[in-house]
Amino acid sequence: MRCGIRLAVLVALLVLPSLTWAQAVPHGQDFALIERGRYLTALADCAACHDDPVSQRPFAGGRSIQTPFGMLVAPNITPDMASGIGGWSDAQFDAAVRYGRMPSGARLYPAMPYLYYSRMSRSDTQAIRAYLATVKPVSHNVVSDQLPFPFKVRALMRVWDALFFHPSPWHARADRSAAWNRGAWIVEGPGHCEACHTPKGWLAQDKHARALQGYVTQGWFAPDISPDAQRGLGGWSEQDIEQFLQRGHNRLAAAAGPMGEEVEDSSSQMRPDDLLAIATYLKSSGTGAAPASHVALAATDARMRAGAAIYRDECSACHRLDGHGTPYLFPDLVSDNAVQARDPTSLLRVVLIGTRSVATNPEPTAPAMPGFRWQLSDAEVASVLTYVRNSWGHAASPVSADQVSHARSQLQRESAAE
Amino acid sequence: MARTLPPRDVVIVGLGWTGSILANELTDAGLSVTAIERGPWRDAPTDFPPNAAQDELRYRIRHELFLQPAQTTFTFRNTMSQSALPIRTWGAFMPPNGVGGGGVHWNAETWRFLPSDFVLRTHLTQRYGARFLPPDMTIQDWGVTYEELEPCYDRFEYLCGTSGTAGNLRGQIQPGGNPFEGPRSRPYPTPAQEQPFSHTLFGQAARQLGYKPFPQPSGNLSQAYTNPLGVRMGPCTYCGFCEWFGCANYSKASPQTTILPVLVRKSNFSARTECEVTRINTDAAGRHASGVSFVDSAGVEWEQPAQLVILAAYTIFNVQLLMLSGIGQRYDPVGNTGVIGRNFTHQTISDVLSFFDPAKFIFNPFIASGAIGMCIDEFNGDNFDHGPHGFVGGGYMGQVQTNGRPIESTPVPPGTPSWGAQWKQAVRDNYQSALQPGTGVHGSMYSYRDVYLDLDPTYRDRFGRPLVRITMDFHDNEIKQNRFLTDKFAEIFMAMGARQVEKQYRKAPYSITDYQTTHLCGGAVMGSDPHTSALNRYLQSWDVPNLFVMGASAFPQNAGYNPTGTLAALAYWSADAIRTRYLKNPGPLVHA
Amino acid sequence: MPPIRRRDLLAGTALVLLETGVARSAILQGELPWEPAPEHSLYPNTAGGWHFFTAQQAAMVEAMADRLIPPDPQTPGGGQAGCAVYIDRQLVGPYGSNAGLYERAPFMKGTASQGNQSSTTPAQLYRAGLPALDSWCQAQRGHAWVQLSTEQQDEVLRGLEAGQIQLQGVNGETFFQAVLKDVKEGFFADPIYGANRDMCAWKMIGFPGARYNYRDWVGRHNERYPYPPVSIAGSPDWSAGG
Repeated sequence: MRCGIRLAVLVALLVLPSLTWAQAVPHGQDFALIERGRYLTALADCAACHDDPVSQRPFAGGRSIQTPFGMLVAPNITPDMASGIGGWSDAQFDAAVRYGRMPSGARLYPAMPYLYYSRMSRSDTQAIRAYLATVKPVSHNVVSDQLPFPFKVRALMRVWDALFFHPSPWHARADRSAAWNRGAWIVEGPGHCEACHTPKGWLAQDKHARALQGYVTQGWFAPDISPDAQRGLGGWSEQDIEQFLQRGHNRLAAAAGPMGEEVEDSSSQMRPDDLLAIATYLKSSGTGAAPASHVALAATDARMRAGAAIYRDECSACHRLDGHGTPYLFPDLVSDNAVQARDPTSLLRVVLIGTRSVATNPEPTAPAMPGFRWQLSDAEVASVLTYVRNSWGHAASPVSADQVSHARSQLQRESAAE
Repeated sequence: MARTLPPRDVVIVGLGWTGSILANELTDAGLSVTAIERGPWRDAPTDFPPNAAQDELRYRIRHELFLQPAQTTFTFRNTMSQSALPIRTWGAFMPPNGVGGGGVHWNAETWRFLPSDFVLRTHLTQRYGARFLPPDMTIQDWGVTYEELEPCYDRFEYLCGTSGTAGNLRGQIQPGGNPFEGPRSRPYPTPAQEQPFSHTLFGQAARQLGYKPFPQPSGNLSQAYTNPLGVRMGPCTYCGFCEWFGCANYSKASPQTTILPVLVRKSNFSARTECEVTRINTDAAGRHASGVSFVDSAGVEWEQPAQLVILAAYTIFNVQLLMLSGIGQRYDPVGNTGVIGRNFTHQTISDVLSFFDPAKFIFNPFIASGAIGMCIDEFNGDNFDHGPHGFVGGGYMGQVQTNGRPIESTPVPPGTPSWGAQWKQAVRDNYQSALQPGTGVHGSMYSYRDVYLDLDPTYRDRFGRPLVRITMDFHDNEIKQNRFLTDKFAEIFMAMGARQVEKQYRKAPYSITDYQTTHLCGGAVMGSDPHTSALNRYLQSWDVPNLFVMGASAFPQNAGYNPTGTLAALAYWSADAIRTRYLKNPGPLVHA
Repeated sequence: MPPIRRRDLLAGTALVLLETGVARSAILQGELPWEPAPEHSLYPNTAGGWHFFTAQQAAMVEAMADRLIPPDPQTPGGGQAGCAVYIDRQLVGPYGSNAGLYERAPFMKGTASQGNQSSTTPAQLYRAGLPALDSWCQAQRGHAWVQLSTEQQDEVLRGLEAGQIQLQGVNGETFFQAVLKDVKEGFFADPIYGANRDMCAWKMIGFPGARYNYRDWVGRHNERYPYPPVSIAGSPDWSAGG
């Protein structure tokens, strides 16, 4: 009920066209507003990019952001007057968050997810602004733009915006439940799930027809989270999704890498009703991917035979011979459909260099997968991945030694860069 | 000149089992805690993953996870009239090093001591009379009882997820468990591990002989488990790389797999690794600890001031730090005065090798876990009448074979040459059908006036500090005990159908070269009388009330069990006393 | 979007060096440390050539290994199994120089129960022992060690073992025991260390090697484990090519 009222208010606010609406709401003392802003800041996962990665000072900026066009560095958004955004007006803040425009008039690059944030309302950004005004000001000058020419020319972003950015007020769908609408708003709006999970076109624009069907970003394949039964969340219950987002772990899978960060900074701090709303939406939205055309490789295939041997010797101590793992500890390779992802980037990464899953208060264990690159050859990694992608009822494209070799050098470069 | 760090409420020396338990309990109480650990951080995914952990040469033979003698060692002699010489390479025991301490590479045999073990002198004197005990035996009561420790044992077992079969539930004897154990308030958190072939056969033979065999309580878990802190563990896979090794798949209880994931998330906790504490600092009168000094791995000295100091290092290092810091009166065996270094003990173990018909027995000895096994407890503690036998003490015995790793576990029948074609053929013939339990007879070692620790006059460590000198030999009581137990043990293997058994009695002199468990005990013992104990019943120093000393160094003598369950229970017992009593009114918890 | 995975950075800061720069001392706080794909340092170099022995010494050790563990129709001997390679690599490594052991003076003779008190390193022992053995064989048997018949070699080894042969400058029994221990260790150690070639020693006894999961077999009493051994370096079954 409470949720419904909030939604009504939200919708009312959203339909107010708002670029020129600049009524100053006094911040600093309005604790309800600040609290709402704090929660929206978590929903929008501002910390993911804007926390200082070195000192870990909240919102002080400095984190490098790889875009298809080059490197950006997240700016300081603390209320520091000189190096942060202390001198910005509320309208300027809103224009940056929802419209990608700097106070100078320059365009932001869509690494700042204003495409999605535009689905928030002016009152939402007002609240976020009120909250950010309460964090500790940090003097930290960040040179944000480190793109090479021609992408350095921010004016080009006008063209990009004209092509791909069509902000329009967010409308609830009357034929769906309040929970579905709330979930849709979080996923498409502040949660900016599509920034990672939706495939992109050649200018990094979202392919809306394939929303949430998975995309390679930051060296990981952000998996298909459409309701697709084979490769998406078809096998997950709404409770599985809620638990995964809240705890970073469920009976099937574990969050690691960028998703681990998302859980830590954002979804673990969301209210249970919002998490269920997200689950409701994800389970009943979109079309799912086109049916996969793969047929499982025969167990007699040489790669499958080699993969089975490697799996028994190297993987089964944790993931068990039957592939089912241990709930909340070792991922279930049978039922976690990310194993059948159309792009094996994440699988290659975790097998080659390992990863540690996220720790949360309810799931503090943070079990980790060891790396195997010192031990397994390209062909061996290819075999074992091909095996897990084509066993236990799975049918997914085999992984080739060339793909492994490519991933190996990619990861080598990545660690050298760090 | 040492640099001084910001003060903390508590500084803990060593981050093994007891350090982790104390850190978790005291941070829960709201105190700021820093632990200082000599060794490195290590855990399964980066240090001993399941594709690198199973390396017998690296871990078992070259001792990768242990302290290196070059860092520090001890000197050893059998008797006071000898010159002690340094232990240049480890043999009789293996001092741990690094976060998790011995909890990383233990077998995870998780026992409770018997109720009578805690009141040993009183109990034996009442049953057999004071004259039954050798005159130089210095055993004493602990000052704490089994009933008091029961909730603490329970907490540790539920922390670890210990797999076992209860033998005594609130006074009711349970089928399939150890009928001699003290009453436990609830069952083990997980059922006993499945037993491999030879262990099962041992249980059957023991039952036929009228004993009551039971599965050894194991910290290698029979099934997945989530402990009360929310930390998850997986099921053991019987890989046979447990003792001396780190567990690669989160199935052996260790600080890493039970406490540390929660502890490191607390903002009032931090630890410094590869930093060695060199002394406990006290006020001029030596009555109040002000913190500790330590040296980092670049050789820079630091001071960590703290309100409360917890010593949680390995047995001998606890004692060494007390001695080097001038806390408590050092033990003098001649005058029989002082307490620091007194009542030092180890374990009296022996083994029986048994050889079966290779045509009939395939044991697959490599299918095992560190705490697998079927045991009997008929000959432990005072579970049997010692009157006719002329000794006291005892131990559990069992087919507790933990591995079939071939450098260590390729037994050949007695009389086989040690090399050549005959040896090779004997190895081939017997690998699958011979049994080598390891610590098959796991006997007590009681304390004696001339078995003790002090500081060596000659040898020094890399900081120039004197090494601890161990003076230790077996006494007749233990030799008799071991002979009796080893004979009983061998009977069970004969009943299993062995064609040949080789009894490897423990013999004097105590040798520093033969591995005999890492269960060193005593040297800073607990008790009720400051003249015969360094610590009161809460592990609080009699001399410096804001210093508590954890670990097996507090055991007045060693029982016939592995010590970890008891030293962890004592850690919970002490932590509870600190939380509920000491913090309200800092000062001595017991007035002498 | 961010290329630096914050988890890695946090793990990095969890291991912040103390002020001293070169120190490995670290602070543990906030998160469990994590290091992607550490290389396992003891994975040794088994590339060809001899690193410690001369070719002649290597031949001596191979011949000794073949007497200590003689070849038979089913299983190679210690020589062919690579025990000399194993010892060669160990002697140039930490083991050869007693690295990590307590090496402070004074070195004094003690009782047997006080353990080894020698300042001699394994590398020194082999450096002195092999020429001394060869000289003894030349002087007493008229041939270098490798030229003796296998019966003669066995007889010399038995003499060393029993302490009946005195070598020049080296305790023959100590030398013999070191070689015996090292040959057996290499024979049964993982093949990554240079011996136990093709896991021949493990096949000989039925040890399945560097496996980590016997859950499917723990309850199958008195049944032979059916899978072949695996090394840390892998197994022929891992290859899809052949």
